[in-house]
Amino acid sequence: MKQPEFEHESMMRTPSLRRSDREIAHGLSSSRREFLRGTGMAMGAALMGASPLVRAEAARKKRKVIVVTFGGGARDQETFAPEGQENIPHLIGELAPQSSFFTHVTNQGILGHYVATASLTTGVYETLNNFSAVPPDHPTVFEYFRKDLRRPASDAWVVAPSNGFNRIGESNCRSYGPGTGAEVILPKHLLSATSAGNISDLDHLLRDNYESPMYTPQLGGNEFELQQLETILRLSVEDFMGHARTLSSPDELSVYIAKRLMQQEAPSLLWITMHDIDVAHSGAYSLYIEGIRRTDRLCAELWKAVQTQPEYAGNTTMFVLPDFGRDADYDAGGNGFQHHRTGDAASRTTWMMALGAGVRQGVVYDEPMQSIDLVPSLGAMLGFTPAESQGRPIKEFL
Amino acid sequence: MLPRELQPAQFSAYPPQAGKLVAAHLEVLRELPLSFVPGLLREVIEYDYKFPAERAAVDGELTTLGGLSPSERTDWFHGFEQFDLPAQLEHFDWINSPAQFTEKLSAYLWSTHQLDAYRRTAEEYGTRLRSSIHADPLPVARLGITVIGQGVAEYDELLFKNLRPHGTYFNQIRPENGLEALLDVAAARAKSHPVPYGHWYVDGGSELHRGEGLTRISYQSIEPLRTSLLKYMQGRIGRPGMGPEELRTDLARLTPSDLAMNRSLDPVLSRFQLKILTEGSGTQIFSTTFAQWTTREVLRRAQPLTLLVRFAPRQRQRPMNELLSDTRSDSQVDPVGSLVDADMAAYYQWINQQRLTGDNRAAFLVWFEGHAQALVVAPTLPRGTTSNSALDLKQLVALAAG
Repeated sequence: MKQPEFEHESMMRTPSLRRSDREIAHGLSSSRREFLRGTGMAMGAALMGASPLVRAEAARKKRKVIVVTFGGGARDQETFAPEGQENIPHLIGELAPQSSFFTHVTNQGILGHYVATASLTTGVYETLNNFSAVPPDHPTVFEYFRKDLRRPASDAWVVAPSNGFNRIGESNCRSYGPGTGAEVILPKHLLSATSAGNISDLDHLLRDNYESPMYTPQLGGNEFELQQLETILRLSVEDFMGHARTLSSPDELSVYIAKRLMQQEAPSLLWITMHDIDVAHSGAYSLYIEGIRRTDRLCAELWKAVQTQPEYAGNTTMFVLPDFGRDADYDAGGNGFQHHRTGDAASRTTWMMALGAGVRQGVVYDEPMQSIDLVPSLGAMLGFTPAESQGRPIKEFL
Repeated sequence: MLPRELQPAQFSAYPPQAGKLVAAHLEVLRELPLSFVPGLLREVIEYDYKFPAERAAVDGELTTLGGLSPSERTDWFHGFEQFDLPAQLEHFDWINSPAQFTEKLSAYLWSTHQLDAYRRTAEEYGTRLRSSIHADPLPVARLGITVIGQGVAEYDELLFKNLRPHGTYFNQIRPENGLEALLDVAAARAKSHPVPYGHWYVDGGSELHRGEGLTRISYQSIEPLRTSLLKYMQGRIGRPGMGPEELRTDLARLTPSDLAMNRSLDPVLSRFQLKILTEGSGTQIFSTTFAQWTTREVLRRAQPLTLLVRFAPRQRQRPMNELLSDTRSDSQVDPVGSLVDADMAAYYQWINQQRLTGDNRAAFLVWFEGHAQALVVAPTLPRGTTSNSALDLKQLVALAAG
């Protein structure tokens, strides 16, 4: 079993200046709540009345959902805490006022990006190998969605950062499994295949996993082939490369591909995993902040794209959430922002933003929820039953 | 294999001093749980290459554990006894590979959702241990110094944001000969209080040949080691079956002689240099990360009385469009990004210094190299204030040290 390391020897032998995890978790959600109150957002608990989610069958059939993981791993103090707001002007200024904002989302699972994202997709804290391309052990949201609602393969897509995510579209469960999940596109892999080793220094950019910078797992499962660029995305290899040359990062490429998918396939369930922020593992704080600012901008760009696409405008709900946080500055077992190894409150406590169709605007919900609650909430919204999910639907969506 | 079955002959592969240490404390090791002992052996097996402060900590821990009565021992280790470990961990060669065992234990705890419980247990143990060990008073209050921003002509953003609430911000510092003055202060402290590995100078670029008596390490000085390590890693990655864990295990086993390090080097220091590169993520790539991680490890391990750290510009992270166009840029370093990195690293240096004994007397100074801005955290100075006093660095450090 290969999982992220943690440093319990340091915990034992180095005095910690930490407050208790519970105090910190409470402080994290409070700081977000207080800041968002200042923007004029109201407290969800004070609001009464039925859910605004439209549940009529006709509406459900048209409903689109986009999930964006604000990855990989961003702390409160660099995002929604008062001192971090300068890094997320788009989320704060443009998206938050339109959203329902959940201040206290915890991830109780393994804090590795692939396994945590897989857990988000299954609604179960998965325990798979974080560093290899293996399918989740439990059915994914894509399988529930397609099987229960009898949707075609073209209706569920994942855009993911690295080879390790290639199997995230479907589980190895007997009753679901191969052929019943989402199509997966790995833009960095496409870039790598397209450049075919002709460009020096590209390895550094295309490295698969910032936690293990010199290792890229072999692809497994159904690979999105280069020729599908042409047949599905209506994009020649030359156009793809030409556009990539205008972009500054792999996440920008992912958003470009996602927008292309929205134009060409208009999937009802689209999952985009961002990863630029995880450059923090290299220890350069300025690059970590750059990654957050870029992701903030890309989220807003994606939301604008939703508004301009006829298939999506007015009937799309978008969720934005980090897969988890990063270690606190004061935790002796870690090295601050660099990793997510300690399992402390800062690394486990995050937030979630929901905006668009059927979501109350400008509301802050303080009720603690877990990241595995997302799948049953999507089920409640779209009308499928995630039978094996261990999360609970968020009551605001019922 | 459980700790109660331990025999002296099983430690024959340990370095000489580590072997003697185990032999002297074998009785107590036999009484402790498997979820704990390999973590302690991980420290013991490195004993011959540890700094004096670390050796004292290991000695103190073993002596303390040996002095516990049976009921006290039960009380201390009740939490660790609660973790049932799988047979594969029991059968692992944790005596000779304790670091690899703790990695496997870590993976097991994550996957069985026991990590948080283990973490709480470990922290409780650490708190108990520290309160049981008497710490001798320091010969002089600790002093930490960070010099940031080399090569940055102008910077308009707020500096020392995280540290300002804790100290006094100075905006009229006279920068002339500042670095030399700081090195002279560090050297004077080394001369007055000659503690082995007690006074350090870490440089993220090329070190200044000044500051006699300081233990020194710089990014430039480890360049040959860095190059040979990267070459070694590249060679290993291509091998069948090599994954992240395997590579990490492989690197953890490296010794200075494997990479043909200079044999005339101090063995403790050469082992330390190697670990900075094999255990620190990003230290092989960015000089700012190298300086930050080295600082953390110097503080955690050597527990110095004086630590002067100077940051230098790191290599620039080239954006994707530039890489795809395969165009070279004139500027291959990123001075402003490095200043941001170093500003955060200064905050971490202060945090890590405050974890050590004598924190209530310790002083810390950070200076924007070549500029008028500095900040001091010291028990004698107010917090969250600004001073317009026109001081040079020699005067400022004197003020910091009280």
